[in-house]
Parts: sequence; C-alpha cells; structure tokens
Amino acid sequence: MSLAETAHSQTPPAWLALDRLGVLVAIIAAGGLALPFALFRANRIVPGDALGLFAALPMPLALVLLTALVGGFAAALLRWPAAIKLGMGLVVLAVLFVLVGLSASHLTPEGDSFARVSPGAGFWVLAFAFAVLVTDALTRLALRPWQRIVMLLAVTFAMALLLWSGLWTDLSMLKEYANRAQSFWSEARTHLGLAFGSVALATLVGVPLGLVCYKVKSLRASVLSVLNIIQTIPSIALFGLLIAPLAWVGAHVPGAKTIGISGIGATPALLALFAYSLLPIVANTVVGLLGVSPAAIDAARGMGMTRWQRLRAVELPLAFPVILTGIRIVLVQNIGLTTIAALVGGGGFGVFVFQGIGQTAMDLVLLGAVPTVALAFAAAVVLDALVDMTARETRT
Amino acid sequence: MSWGNGIRLVALLALLALLIWPQAFAGAFGLLTSNGQPAIYNQGSLLDITLSHLGIVAVATLAATFIAVGLAIIVTRPFGAEFLPVSRSLANIGQTFPPVAVLALAVPMLGFGTAPTLVALFLYGLLPIFENTLTGLTGLPPAVIEAARGMGMSGWQRLWRVELPIALPVILAGIRLSVVISLATATIGSTVAARTLGEVIIAGLQSNNTAFVLQGGLIVGVLAVLIYDGLSALERRLLARTGQAEA
Repeated sequence: MSLAETAHSQTPPAWLALDRLGVLVAIIAAGGLALPFALFRANRIVPGDALGLFAALPMPLALVLLTALVGGFAAALLRWPAAIKLGMGLVVLAVLFVLVGLSASHLTPEGDSFARVSPGAGFWVLAFAFAVLVTDALTRLALRPWQRIVMLLAVTFAMALLLWSGLWTDLSMLKEYANRAQSFWSEARTHLGLAFGSVALATLVGVPLGLVCYKVKSLRASVLSVLNIIQTIPSIALFGLLIAPLAWVGAHVPGAKTIGISGIGATPALLALFAYSLLPIVANTVVGLLGVSPAAIDAARGMGMTRWQRLRAVELPLAFPVILTGIRIVLVQNIGLTTIAALVGGGGFGVFVFQGIGQTAMDLVLLGAVPTVALAFAAAVVLDALVDMTARETRT
Repeated sequence: MSWGNGIRLVALLALLALLIWPQAFAGAFGLLTSNGQPAIYNQGSLLDITLSHLGIVAVATLAATFIAVGLAIIVTRPFGAEFLPVSRSLANIGQTFPPVAVLALAVPMLGFGTAPTLVALFLYGLLPIFENTLTGLTGLPPAVIEAARGMGMSGWQRLWRVELPIALPVILAGIRLSVVISLATATIGSTVAARTLGEVIIAGLQSNNTAFVLQGGLIVGVLAVLIYDGLSALERRLLARTGQAEA
C-alpha cells in the first residue's frame, strides 16, 4: 500500500478534510496578516511608517476584512468544491482591493496633498496568498476557453469600476497617475504600438519565412540558428547595437530622417522587438507544418488539389494552432520587453519604471509595471484560449 | 576544425582581447566618437565589470537551480502531488511578468545595489528551470520506471539513479534558458546600481557616446551567445550519453 493510500484511509469526514495547498495558502496569508497593511509617508520621497491592520483601517472596516478572511481561510483549508474556493477567493481579493483604497482615504489628512499612502507588504502577501487559491481553483475547474475569456472580461470590468469609482484616488500610485495622466495614455499608446506592431510585422515576415524553411530543407537549419543567435542577445545590447547603424542611416540616407529613422527613439526598439519575434514564429510555423499528418496531405492530393490549394486549404489551417502558439509566446514576451525601449528613448510604460527607479519613487515604478504585467497577463489568457479553441477545431 | 568551432574560437579570443587590452581597440571605437569623447569605457575596467556581471548571474542561477529542481521533485512525488497543478499554473503566470518589473519591484525591499538584481534574477530564473524539470520528470517513459521498480529500487533510488539522469538534458535546457534571461536582466540591473555591463551601455546612451554603447552591447551579446552555445553543446553530449535521440 502506498503512502497516499494509508493517508486516505485515516481521513476524517470528507467536508472536514484538510487541503494541503490550502494549508500553505493559510500560512502565507497568516504571515500577511502579521505584516503592515499600509504605508504612510508625509511626502513622496521620505521613508514611511508601516501601519498594521487596525492602524490602517477604521475599526468596522478592519472587522469586515477579518470576517472575509475567516471565510477565505475556511475555503482554503477545507476540501470544498473548487467553485466555492474560487468564489471565496475572489470575494477576499475584492474586499482587500476595496479596503486598501479606503485605508488610503482614512489615513490621508484632510486637504493634505503631499501625504502618500501605499499598500504595505501585508496587503501584497495577502493578495498573493488568495491569488494562489483562485489560481488553484481555476486550474481544478479546467474552464473552457470562452469561459476563461469571460472571466478575464469580468475581472477587467471590476478593476475598471474600482478605478472609475474613485475608491483608489488617495492611493499613491493613482496620485502619480493624476500628475501625469496625459503622458500615461500617450506612453500607453506607444507601448501597445511597439509591442503589437513588432508582432504584426514579425508575423507578416515570419510565417512566409517559415513556409520557405519548411519547403527548402537546406535553408532550415541556418535560418533557425541565425534567429536563435539574435534571440540570445540581451535586449538592451541589441537596442544598443542597432543604434550605431541606424544613426548612420538617419544621417546619410536622404529622406530617412523625415520618416523618423534615427539612432535613438522608437526605430531601434521596433527593429529589435521585431528581430526577437522572428524565431518563435518561424520555428513554430515549421514545426506546425511538419506536424501535419501525411494522410491529410495524401487525401488532399487525391482530391486533385494543386500545391497551393493544399497549402492554403489543408496544411496552413492544420498548422495554425502551433503558429498561434508562437505568436502568443512572442506577444507576451514583447509586451514585457517593450519596457526596456524606454532606455533608448523609445517610450512606453518603461518610461515610468526607469523614472521611478531614478527618483526612488516606487509608486511611479508601479505605475509603469502594473499596466505592463496586466497587459501581458491578459494577452496570455486571450491567446491561450484562442489556441485551445483552434486546436479543438482542427482536431474534429 | 569545423567552420562552427573556428567562429566560436575567434569570437572567444576577440572577446578576451577586448576585455584584457581594451586600449588596442581604441582606434576602431574612436571612429564612432565625436568631440574628443573617450573611445573606451573609462569608469572602471571592462574585465572587472564583466566578471562582476558573470558572478551575479552564476550565483543567482546556482541558487535558482537548487530551489527549482528541489521544488519540482517535491511536486512530482506522491506526497506533493496536490501542489502539481497549481505550481504549474503559477510558473506559467510568473513568466508573464517582465523581468524589468521584477527587478524594479525588488528595490523597495532591498535598496539599491547588487541585492535586488540577485533576487530578481533568482526569482525569474526559477521559472524555466522549474518548468523544464517538471517536463523532464513527468515525461519519463513508464516502462523505464517499471523496470527500475522491478529491480527493487526504492522511491529515492529511482529518483536519484533513473529519473534525474534521464531528465538531466531537459533540466539543463531550462538552466540554459534561465542563464540567457539572467544575462539580459543583469544588464538592466545596472539601472538599480548593480555593477554589470549595462552601465557601459547606459553611460553611452546618456553621454551620446556610441562607442560605449557598441562595446557594452558587443561584450554582453557575444558573452550570451557563447554561453548559450556552450550549454547547448553540453546538452547534446548528455543526450547522446543517455541514448536519447535529439528531438
């Protein structure tokens, strides 16, 4: 008899049995409760005072949080159905998110525009613990692709509502936002333009290049190893290596400067991101096409299809999920890498990250990092769901 | 000597020459400077900075390897099986975090300097190693495990003498990915005052000195490609030794 079986035969009634992952979640959350919930600073730069739960929130609200946490602990610790764990986890997260905003309003003295309140370590640890619980419940529920997209939309809507309601207006990160609302949206446009633009360009070039590599065997190894080398070069180095040639082009090729080509700025960033994107797209196109079953190709040939018809009607559609996986990898990677474009003057959310590091203003770092992470995460969820949908279609 | 090895050797020698006698290249880099800017980075020796860069990456990768392989072993044993699905999802989600964000967010906890860079490299380096170790340990042919069990091996003996050796090439592929990401993230670590090659590139960007940008970029780029290449060769050798055909 194995260890797992012996453990099973001694378990108490099913509804009281302990969930091992839940024990871990509860330990992390208990640690989070002991840590300061919020951080108060008299102004933007000075070190802050760490405030515990009861100092950071008025008594009734602190009790609301504790009540929600009791439910959260129960849902985590006991072997309840995954849907209940998911629901309770989301409730705890929602309470945490609302209360951290209320705590900021509670702590900021009336009319004081210099005071800054940020979430403390305790908030982050609690949020992490219950995010693990939610992730576990979602993994166990194994949602269908469209259900995952609906979940994402619902969470996005809830976050938008939270931001729009003004509950978070007194949080330091939102004060940083208020000070640069205009540049925030223009950097957001730059960020999206660089990330999506480079992926779109790479798809336009990479899929045909993958097709050629699939048809011409002798080319395959050399093209893939060149792309592999490019991908190995650290991003900032690649940005840097592109600066010298682009500066030369900008200075010597007539008309190049007028269309915006110069050593620094968005051009080296876009080119480097494009170069990084090629390997996953080309490699996945080749792998996807190689994976098309010979029987399907034979059948198409038997139906009298020409080579082009076979490619368009059979091979590419069957390889599509694998190609889409390549695009997913690249899109998530580029949304993150675009932050580094700020170092070569390319703009994007990285501007706030590096400004924040320079001014030791961590809330400014968050203003750049949080939207980047959220975008990358959303892109991963949506494209994973699309990959699953198309894979399911091609299988039937 | 094959073409490939010839190129590798030339790249390595050129890199070492640039690190040890940078002044020999002053003439070439000088072509990129203007208004009497220095051609070779002058706020520290390139060799020292490179060694510090490599040291940070080595320490972080070593720590990440131990922890990630350990965690992957735990969640693939019967007593840790409950953690397997969620740990897989978390590793997946973790990889959507850009390394720069991890780096920047480590600063409030650890201050400026090498510490936040080490922590960011360690945390981010865990993910590919963990994921690959999981793939390696869960993808073993069942016949092999049965054979080991039939020989009377205990669980730990199977792990140590059968499962880990067979999974080793896949684990090493994870370590290689992790090293490449770490080399890149360490470069950005210079923005939080870690002593890495990023400082050469950033100094060049700030003073508009293309020579600095180029030499920093070249050193990091060549270093990354050579290390990646060396680890790939080690992997192929291990695959051949355990008799696994290359995919």
